[in-house]
Amino acid sequence: MAVTTLTKSDRLGGFRPNGLLLSTLGAALCVALPLCVVLSFILTTQSDVWAHLVDTLLLRYATNTVALSALVAVGVVALGVPAAWMIAFYRFPGRTVLSWLLLLPMAYPAYILAYTYTGVLEYAGPVLTWMRAIDAPAWLMAPILNIRSLPGAALMLSLVLYPYVYLLARAAFLEQSANLMEAGYTLGQTRFAVLRRIVIPMARPAIAAGALLAIMETVADFGTVQFFGVQTLTTGIMRTYYGFGDTAGAAQLSSVLLGFVAVLVILERYSRHRVRYYSDQTRRLNQAAQHLTGTRALTVQLLCAIPVIFGFFIPTVLLVNWTVFEAQLQSLWLLAWNSFALAGVSSVLIVGVALLVAYANRLFPSRQLSHMTTLIGLGYALPGVVVAIGVLIPFGSMDAWISAQLAPLGVEPTLWLSGSLFAVMFAYLVRFLAVANGNVVSGLSRIRPSLDHSGRLLGLSQGAVLSQIHVPLMRSSVLTAILVCFVDILKELPATLILRPFDFNTLAVRAYELAGQERLIDAAPASLCIVLVGLLPVILLNRSIGKL
Amino acid sequence: MTFTRYLTGALVGALSMSAMAAEVNVYSARQDALIVPLLEQFEAETGIEVNLITGKAGGLLSRMQSEGAASPADVLITVDAGNLHRAKEAGVVQTIQSDVLQSRIPETLRDPEMQWVGLTKRARTVFYAEDRVDPANLSTYENLVDDQWKGRICIRSSSNVYNQSLVASLIEVHGEEATEEWARGMVANMARKPTGGDTDQLRAVAAGQCDIAVSNTYYYGRLLDSDKPEDQQVVDTVKAFWVNQDDRGTHINISGAVIAKHAPNYDEAIQLLEFMVSDDAQAYYAEINHEFPVVDTATVSDTIQSLGTYKAHDLNLSILGENNKRAVMVMDRAGWQ
Repeated sequence: MAVTTLTKSDRLGGFRPNGLLLSTLGAALCVALPLCVVLSFILTTQSDVWAHLVDTLLLRYATNTVALSALVAVGVVALGVPAAWMIAFYRFPGRTVLSWLLLLPMAYPAYILAYTYTGVLEYAGPVLTWMRAIDAPAWLMAPILNIRSLPGAALMLSLVLYPYVYLLARAAFLEQSANLMEAGYTLGQTRFAVLRRIVIPMARPAIAAGALLAIMETVADFGTVQFFGVQTLTTGIMRTYYGFGDTAGAAQLSSVLLGFVAVLVILERYSRHRVRYYSDQTRRLNQAAQHLTGTRALTVQLLCAIPVIFGFFIPTVLLVNWTVFEAQLQSLWLLAWNSFALAGVSSVLIVGVALLVAYANRLFPSRQLSHMTTLIGLGYALPGVVVAIGVLIPFGSMDAWISAQLAPLGVEPTLWLSGSLFAVMFAYLVRFLAVANGNVVSGLSRIRPSLDHSGRLLGLSQGAVLSQIHVPLMRSSVLTAILVCFVDILKELPATLILRPFDFNTLAVRAYELAGQERLIDAAPASLCIVLVGLLPVILLNRSIGKL
Repeated sequence: MTFTRYLTGALVGALSMSAMAAEVNVYSARQDALIVPLLEQFEAETGIEVNLITGKAGGLLSRMQSEGAASPADVLITVDAGNLHRAKEAGVVQTIQSDVLQSRIPETLRDPEMQWVGLTKRARTVFYAEDRVDPANLSTYENLVDDQWKGRICIRSSSNVYNQSLVASLIEVHGEEATEEWARGMVANMARKPTGGDTDQLRAVAAGQCDIAVSNTYYYGRLLDSDKPEDQQVVDTVKAFWVNQDDRGTHINISGAVIAKHAPNYDEAIQLLEFMVSDDAQAYYAEINHEFPVVDTATVSDTIQSLGTYKAHDLNLSILGENNKRAVMVMDRAGWQ
């Protein structure tokens, strides 16, 4: 009787409706809604705008998206792998500090980096003024003037996304068996040959996984490419929706973008699968690391510092400087309050739902449930623009329907769903439930079922098991989940932009608007707020990875 | 509106909105700073309370569409005839019945069916680097596709409604095919891929990236009035040229307003618009953003006067809206990013 939660009949009995299972079903349907709405437009009648897009812009949108992804892939590998290599295989003064400083650029959304660098690199800015003063050659100044371009966007994205590659590559390097390397040396291979023939090939799946995560963020990016005037699928969707006022065309473009995302998801799953295969060695390499001193140590320090300097320190110094000395702080507190309240309420709700899903999976595992959980996991791959379009269309129709039903009762038609914070939070749920779920599941999986059973045997009710055993054990992973969601929401731009109530501004939206009005310096305070709060989960991440 | 106010507002707002003192709800695509002082003056003079919501032009229009009959909007203030026409097409506006507005606003600057009215006027013309361009070589928009300007022109993207309206006016004058040819010529002559706003184009001329920029006049006016040395450096080296003076005149556009189809406060909305075309309000409204008043009797600011007088293209601006979609498609086909 005691172990009622995990009986065989429950496990195989499939879908007996109860609260947890219905919540999971509900959450999965939420994620499926925008996906299905957008995909349904492939089959519907095609607008003249869509025909026009196919004739003129679609190819450019697609090639720019692919070219940007390719450049970002090169960029994140070029920045992330050498840093991971040096941190993993060398010992030098400052290594421990650098190993976590290298994570800091994660706090930046790419669009804020773009606003900041554009602000300082413009013609009349300090850099070019100085270069003109020293008569710097034109070929050196030209790329700086042309920062607002596809390569420029790739650089901004690479600078904030390389930590994905760095983290995974570092873990892969550290977990590689030293035996294989030693075997290489014994067989007379040089250090470089061991690197080329053993270390890199073994870490390749991890590097690929990191690069794919970066590409997924890249194809979903709106703020950076929009500001730099790079025509990609996301900007195309916005332009079709707002410029042509054509929802169907925007949805059709969205489904093209989803095609890209689908390929990336499949590749990512595949590369992760291989990461698991390679990382089951136990002996660590730390002992084999080479100690560096003098100029060699200095060189390695500098090389490791480059991504941090450009991805974090320079933009942060600029933002602080502008915030303190130059920017007009217009209603910053109101914006911060709006952002924090929205992100706070949303992230608590999302983590609440994630807990329901996680417990459903723990208590009533079934194949249907695991399919639903996989679907929920896909939400994170959906670009914000696509989620927004996929939420706006059905909510608009539902509002019209509800109003029509209530009209005979004398109720004034109102926007019940769309154009309200509900729509914004719904989009956040779709997009970030996977993030919350990942954190909650990892916490829950550390609580062995035997603990539950012991508790029940000692006479605790199911509820008491939850409150007296699970809550204390789960606290830190739930808080982490809330924090990570909170920051993701704070940084989120396109879905907030499309769905927010129009008198409702957030820090991200305000930074975007000010940048659009060519007031980059005034955008600094809002940007700085986002970045500073964004640092918290990075610090937490670093602590959870632990000292190396 | 704050987060908490929004939540509580959503709960009780619908029930308690009406039966208050006289008020008017304004949706504005213009920046706060340009419009708030004027609205405050209106409040002081009439005792009518103004509730202001600002947003992007496209966003506010979508909002009015989805709000439908429930929309609290009385007045939508936005820029560009293209956007005003879009509101008309979307069916969210109603006829503005006012003899004052009809008589004070020139015919070309309002909708023939009085679905929208212009409130300020701006011109879109050519600016050139004084040291590298002889103004004698400049003449018309049509002339910009000449080979002598290859790689020398800066202009913003085709997503921008000011360019869409310029091209819409060319379609009206030359037809779609010839305009597409012109757009191709422009693309061929661009110094760089279109990025940034009009001010960026002016700065790029000062920076030597290009020799000619196309920009709305008030962006130049803002730089003229700026204290910053880098802005003064731009106006010192970049000068305005009024194009098409020997034929139809320079392309102009407006900022303007509509009255919402479901306006709960129609009379107050009319009062507000009539206030905005009074001589004083016109002078103020035009001056604060370096635009031109739509009412001839209003005085013009010194900054604006320094640009000199010009002949404006005498086209009914509703045409710009009607041709908007074709204009976008023409630019897309021409490869204008």
